Amino acid sequence: MKVSYNWLKEYLNLNVPADQLGEKIERTAVEVDSVTKHQDGLKKLVVGKVVSCEKHPNSDHLHVCQVDVNQDDLLQIVCGAPNVAAGEKVIVALPGSRIGNNVKIKRAKMRGVKSNGMLCGLDEVGFDRSVVPEKWLNGIYVFPDDAKVGKPIYHYLGMDDDLIDLDVTPNRGDMLSIYGTVHELAAIYDLKPDLNHPKVEENPKLNASDDISADVDKKIAPIYKLRVLKNVKIQPSPLWMQIRLWNADIRPVNNVVDITNYIMLKYGQPIQVYDLDKINNQKLLVRNARLNEKVETTDGDKVTLTDDDIVVADDQKPVALAGLTGLKGAEVDQNTKNIIFEAGVFSFVKVRKMAQRHSIHTGSSQRFERGVNHAGVNEALDAACEIEHRFTDADIEQGTVTASDIDAKPVNVDITLTRINRVLGLSLTMPEASNIFKRLGFGVEINDDQMSVSIPPRRWDIHIEADLFEEIARIYGYDNMPSTLPSGPTTIGKLTNKQKLIRRSRRILQDSGLTHAISYSLTTAKKANMFMMRKSYETKLKMPMTIDRSTLRMNLLSGLLDDVAYNQARGVDDVALYELGRVFYKDDEKQVRPNEVEHIAGVISGSLSIDTWNHKSKPVDFYQLKGIVDNYLDDLNLNGDIDYEATSDYPEMHPGRTANIYIHGHKIGFIGQIHPVIADKFNIKPTYAFELDLKTLIEMPKREQTADSVSKYPSISRDIAILVDKNVTNKEIVSAIQKRGGAFLNQVHLFDLYDGAHIPSGKKSMAYTLTYQDQHDTLQNEVVDKSMKKIQRDLKQQFNVTIR
Amino acid sequence: MSLKDDLANIRDQALSEIKNVSDVSTLNQKIRVSFLGKRGKITKVLRDIKNLDPKERPEVGKYSNIVRNKIQDAVAKKNQELKQALLNQKLKDEKIDVTLPGSPVPKGSPHVIQSIIDHICDIFLGMGYQVLSGPEVEEEKYNFERMNLPKYHPARDMQATFYITNDILMRTQTSPMQARVLEKYDFSKGPLKMISPGIVFRRDNDDPTHSHQFHQVEGLVIDKNIKMSDLKGTLEYLIHQLFGDKFDIRLRPSYFPFTEPSVEVDMTCFNCMGKGCNICKNTGWIEVLGAGMVHPNVLKMAGIDPKEYGGFAFGLGPDRFAMLRYGVKDIRDFYLDDVRFLSQFD
Repeated sequence: MKVSYNWLKEYLNLNVPADQLGEKIERTAVEVDSVTKHQDGLKKLVVGKVVSCEKHPNSDHLHVCQVDVNQDDLLQIVCGAPNVAAGEKVIVALPGSRIGNNVKIKRAKMRGVKSNGMLCGLDEVGFDRSVVPEKWLNGIYVFPDDAKVGKPIYHYLGMDDDLIDLDVTPNRGDMLSIYGTVHELAAIYDLKPDLNHPKVEENPKLNASDDISADVDKKIAPIYKLRVLKNVKIQPSPLWMQIRLWNADIRPVNNVVDITNYIMLKYGQPIQVYDLDKINNQKLLVRNARLNEKVETTDGDKVTLTDDDIVVADDQKPVALAGLTGLKGAEVDQNTKNIIFEAGVFSFVKVRKMAQRHSIHTGSSQRFERGVNHAGVNEALDAACEIEHRFTDADIEQGTVTASDIDAKPVNVDITLTRINRVLGLSLTMPEASNIFKRLGFGVEINDDQMSVSIPPRRWDIHIEADLFEEIARIYGYDNMPSTLPSGPTTIGKLTNKQKLIRRSRRILQDSGLTHAISYSLTTAKKANMFMMRKSYETKLKMPMTIDRSTLRMNLLSGLLDDVAYNQARGVDDVALYELGRVFYKDDEKQVRPNEVEHIAGVISGSLSIDTWNHKSKPVDFYQLKGIVDNYLDDLNLNGDIDYEATSDYPEMHPGRTANIYIHGHKIGFIGQIHPVIADKFNIKPTYAFELDLKTLIEMPKREQTADSVSKYPSISRDIAILVDKNVTNKEIVSAIQKRGGAFLNQVHLFDLYDGAHIPSGKKSMAYTLTYQDQHDTLQNEVVDKSMKKIQRDLKQQFNVTIR
Repeated sequence: MSLKDDLANIRDQALSEIKNVSDVSTLNQKIRVSFLGKRGKITKVLRDIKNLDPKERPEVGKYSNIVRNKIQDAVAKKNQELKQALLNQKLKDEKIDVTLPGSPVPKGSPHVIQSIIDHICDIFLGMGYQVLSGPEVEEEKYNFERMNLPKYHPARDMQATFYITNDILMRTQTSPMQARVLEKYDFSKGPLKMISPGIVFRRDNDDPTHSHQFHQVEGLVIDKNIKMSDLKGTLEYLIHQLFGDKFDIRLRPSYFPFTEPSVEVDMTCFNCMGKGCNICKNTGWIEVLGAGMVHPNVLKMAGIDPKEYGGFAFGLGPDRFAMLRYGVKDIRDFYLDDVRFLSQFD
């Protein structure tokens, strides 16, 4: 809400500069979005009087005006506004002035005629068109006659008023009003507010209850009151009131409608007005709407209601969406003579749901949603009548028609000084603490350490001890609060083993050249279902915003492939990423909440290194990534053998270049090349990927690290080269070697693999170094020779190899 | 000529040859052998010593030893010189261009947000906090109800939510971890001090300042004697540790349903160091986190007596920290994983 500083000053003797006031409010009460004046950035705008107004010789709509701006000479200004006329006092932008939107006005010629400035409409001097009164929307603004020629315009239009834009938190609905803000500032600055209260002069001959009655559902409208005024005259409100409204971003309409808005701004109490003569059968109801009842708001929005909506209606038609806005049917128009002002309290839940359902958010709904002062309804209603009477001499009928009411009483909260100081960490004295409550306008009864605090209904946000702690803390000032650290028993802060392993995982993969990526957990249904490591049902959002973010991922890889695509589309071909995050599995279609399982995945695409002067890069391949995964798994110290088994189970992976990874017989993930068709779909270069179930890896038993003593005796190494069928795997050969190698065979290392020229087709040449070692003695050559012979024989027998 | 003269001549000749030789093999194979060898010149001269008067012999003998030593020293010295020259030449030939680039070592980068989270965790670990993590798919009960946000509470507006069913949702905040921990914490084990980092979700359109997915770190301390000044001191320590002592904090009143009193915490603007600039809207301060004293309703709903126990909670956004700290203009940069962006941080 934009709060006018001038308005505040009517009730409070405040003299601090506006920006300081804004700062103080922000640090003590609610956030301040901005402190501005309408005149900010404007220059050389004065009141001028049109002395003469002739038709432009070369135009059918322009006029040439001679304008008195209280200078030696009249200013000749060409003006295109339809409402320009001699005798009017208008806004003159002098040569060299600056008007709205930072536009500079210079002397110019318009169709051959000199124009020394510009006559302006309100929107042209910076007012938003949504607040400009309809009368001035399509032309220049004309001042009332008391405006002084030659004076700057700002004061006349309220443009010199400081507007403090409060961003009111949901608990401080009381500050959505001038009076609420005045109470707050009175407490902050320790001032006494000088508030006025309406005096209603009723016409004793007229009785409101003769003209209107009301029947309400008390659950919907716990407070509901009406007053009737007769013989009103619909006309524009006085300029001062229009200024109050447009400075609060509300468009002035007519005296009746403006009063309802003015009262809402002043008291925070929404007021509705109806044309009495349009109410059928002199009776208003507050009821639930009927399903599919069709209505049109006074702003022209057509709305189809549900039976959870609430309306004010006569016996034929709804006349308002209760607490939200008026409807066509009983609205005030130019011919209105008799009116009803309505003030009430509507169920905040109902108003809120209705506002959301129909996307109609008004000043009224905003206030009902955050609560209104239950003790202030009467005063607001009376004030509306008083002003209307003052403006148009209307007759205020006797009596307030009350259909429902609540006797709002102060709330008492007991609190001790000891608690205040203990919870806030302060050392206030009783007078200091109780004085803060008094400044806030709360009653205080002191009994030893105890205070009984009586909170007026205008602060409906306060009802427990903690609320009072906050009042003390903020008024005393958070800057005055000391900084301490919690005392008490010591606690140990340390990462769990799981957390350590996760950090370690990140470190290892980063050290292997992969960069940590974080992609989105929400994706398309299609991507969510890719790279499935197990059977699972998908988890979908009830109301996604887009299809792209509609389903919870069941793999990390699809997100990483999006990342690869994003990079490669931008010319970054070499991409090496890993991600560590959760996937969401459902074992059963009926399961509502998915299991969240930590995964870790990586991708490499392009090349892992770049061409340099001493090294040529190689495109990524399976074995580079396998090396990274091996290194990672090795570092995790898992207690169990790691096995890679070729698989063609993943439709998104290359069927000949993918392996499931097992640890001690448990499948924990897979590694391989992204299927070329999938790579094409993602629009990425050949890419290798792995995804592992990190949760299982973390939970798996780890090896106890022990040290083996290094043998003092020399080892013996022998090479063996074989020619073997292509489809015999390395694993098969190595395990055959290990099986036959005897007790001293320590290591089998593949150092060459070749299947090019000079090798018969269907064959490959493989060469291994076998290292033998005896821990306790010097190894004899004969022992090794014997073992090598056994191995050779076995390889020949099993795989039909040729020893080379 | 006397033998002594012969020896002197030999000496001079040897020294001169040694001086002029330029390779090791001539020095050792030719010169050394020809002068000092078994059939070398000195030996030859000494053969004539028997013709001398016995009285002169010792003196000549002694002199010949001096000459021999002299030549030997000269050869050794020259050998050393030549070797050094050879080595020098070799080293000279081996000279490389040290300005050529080094061979690159593959290196991945941490994600900047993860780095900030780790940093925050480390700071709190040092203060005796535990690090806990909670579910990303959360029950409405924990996300809202238990955090004192009943249905239709206006504060729910601030948290547009992705629902999965009416009761299950993508958590909009890490705060539900407060409710989950409070529910089962055993206070006989001492005060509760925890932080909980994680991903949260909001039903928002992605744009430079909004992301439907971002990170939060929740903090919670509950004990018998926790004061609001402890909250202020803790956050001050956090900011000093994270960014340095030059940065101050200030507390402003705010509203969160799960804390009372509630505060918004500002810190000195990174950009202008408090002087005022367009990033901090000329205030010198930027909002970095929300905090407060845990609302008694939150404690009650978790079965804890607010008269006996109380404490503070806070929530901060690592994404926002990273944006402010490093001048990142678009939050989406954190989730698109452009390697050129990510590799700037380590």
